[in-house]
Amino acid sequence: MRLHVSLPGLQLKNPIMPASGCFGFGEEFAKLYDLSMLGGIMIKAATGESRFGNATPRVAETAEGMLNAIGLQNPGAKAIVSDKLPFLSTFDTEIIANVAGSTPEEYVYVAETMSADPTVKALELNISCPNVKCGGMQFGTDPVMAAELTRLVKAASSKPVYVKLSPNVTSITNMAKAVEAAGADGITMINTLVGMRIDVTTGTPILANRIGGLSGPAIKPVAIRMVYEVAQVVDIPIIGMGGVRTVDDVLEFIYAGASAVAVGTANFENPYVCQEIIEALPHRLDELGIDHILDVRGKAYEQIVSRT
Amino acid sequence: MRQFVTVLSNHPIAKGAMEMKVSVENSVIAPGTFFHVKTSELLRRPLSVANVEGDVVTFLYKIIGKGTQDLAERRPGDVLDVLGPLGNGFPLEQTGKRVVLVGGGIGVPPLYYTRRRLADRGIETVAILGFDTKESVFYEEAFCALGETIITTVDGSYGEAGFVTGPLARIEADVLFSCGPEPMLKAVAASHIEERYVSIENRMGCGIGACFACVCEAPGGYVKVCSDGPVFRAEEVTL
Repeated sequence: MRLHVSLPGLQLKNPIMPASGCFGFGEEFAKLYDLSMLGGIMIKAATGESRFGNATPRVAETAEGMLNAIGLQNPGAKAIVSDKLPFLSTFDTEIIANVAGSTPEEYVYVAETMSADPTVKALELNISCPNVKCGGMQFGTDPVMAAELTRLVKAASSKPVYVKLSPNVTSITNMAKAVEAAGADGITMINTLVGMRIDVTTGTPILANRIGGLSGPAIKPVAIRMVYEVAQVVDIPIIGMGGVRTVDDVLEFIYAGASAVAVGTANFENPYVCQEIIEALPHRLDELGIDHILDVRGKAYEQIVSRT
Repeated sequence: MRQFVTVLSNHPIAKGAMEMKVSVENSVIAPGTFFHVKTSELLRRPLSVANVEGDVVTFLYKIIGKGTQDLAERRPGDVLDVLGPLGNGFPLEQTGKRVVLVGGGIGVPPLYYTRRRLADRGIETVAILGFDTKESVFYEEAFCALGETIITTVDGSYGEAGFVTGPLARIEADVLFSCGPEPMLKAVAASHIEERYVSIENRMGCGIGACFACVCEAPGGYVKVCSDGPVFRAEEVTL
């Protein structure tokens, strides 16, 4: 029970879950290990209708990271409910559905559709995808729009709503406070940082979409800093993510103030990474003399406060 | 799925082509499938299978960037983290048919293992292998040992001058298996051979079908190169 974490709508047997967009709907990874060992699964973003996504190339490697511009390719909310959730319901793990859209009406429709399924325990409101022309990040960079969308989706959803924040803002704490005031049950952070790579042999951007979202170990210090700042100004729980690939990365996020941690890009490098982190956590807690994992939640700032 | 394999040898065999042999645990490998290989870089590199002999798998690769440069520096005894075999290969059930194998450059390797497995089944094959220049030709003898083999070079320094499409136009065959650069695949996909299969290469993320990075345009949407392919019927993809 030293790994158990209770969050709005979610009873996590451990605080580790694959991040949305990095795990599909679990089918591929289920061939590699038992998904029931995961605390939860944040499934790939759903939109109102099916989307084909962006042209290729959709990925480009960077120093200790990768840029992606997939463009929310998915079969649409209804098809996810009918074709993907029945499989996921066979595992003893908490399913968090990522909700995306181009318009407030689309977000509301997707939130209603996804939250109505009993397999879905919570929604992750995606207002931070940098790779779509309409919607996505534009809702996540203006606190007023973010709050309004959070209110609408909260009203439409029968399950708790976690808002996924974009790091591409001037003040992450203002964004966090705005969605908390609008009724968010929790925050997930961070989504990718907007970036670009250029092929010097052609002089043109490598990604067909030109820009993409930077993820991987390169962004972890940014994510830790943002979780650290947000955890001190909101009372709702944070699921932290950004560059996690080891058990110590997980603990860094917890120390910074997160209550659970999602693993994204590392699943591509090592598809067994979530399993390995979960298995390693108890040993690492022993080594560090930590009883329950949340005993150290937010300790990074609490210790500084007590020192002054 | 994941194996830690030992490097047995790793050296250049032609201009722009390295050959690496590794010993694997599970050598039940279909021709046309690939391994997703961990290098010094974040994302794995997909390498097609050039040959399987006992528990020894051969990869041929071209040094393009940091990941393949790192692979080129591996020495015998080094251990590689690989996922695989992954994907769907060439359909070998071609009894009674004549198969033409068309490869271009670093797309040639999977066709060697494929040809060996077709030969095991007594299926008649003819190979057309295209290279840039004489120094970049590899595996000619090995291919010739398995049947008629036509080499082309773009600069005319060896074999027939020009592209693989030159000799392909005069070949009579029922089925075509192809792997190589996209313009070549596009040309052979439009050839006169009735049943045509192409093996597609793309930048990959996960390699197992979860991330949607390596998709290829297809009639009515996209297909995933890593898990729906990499081998497709020519009609299944929009090249």
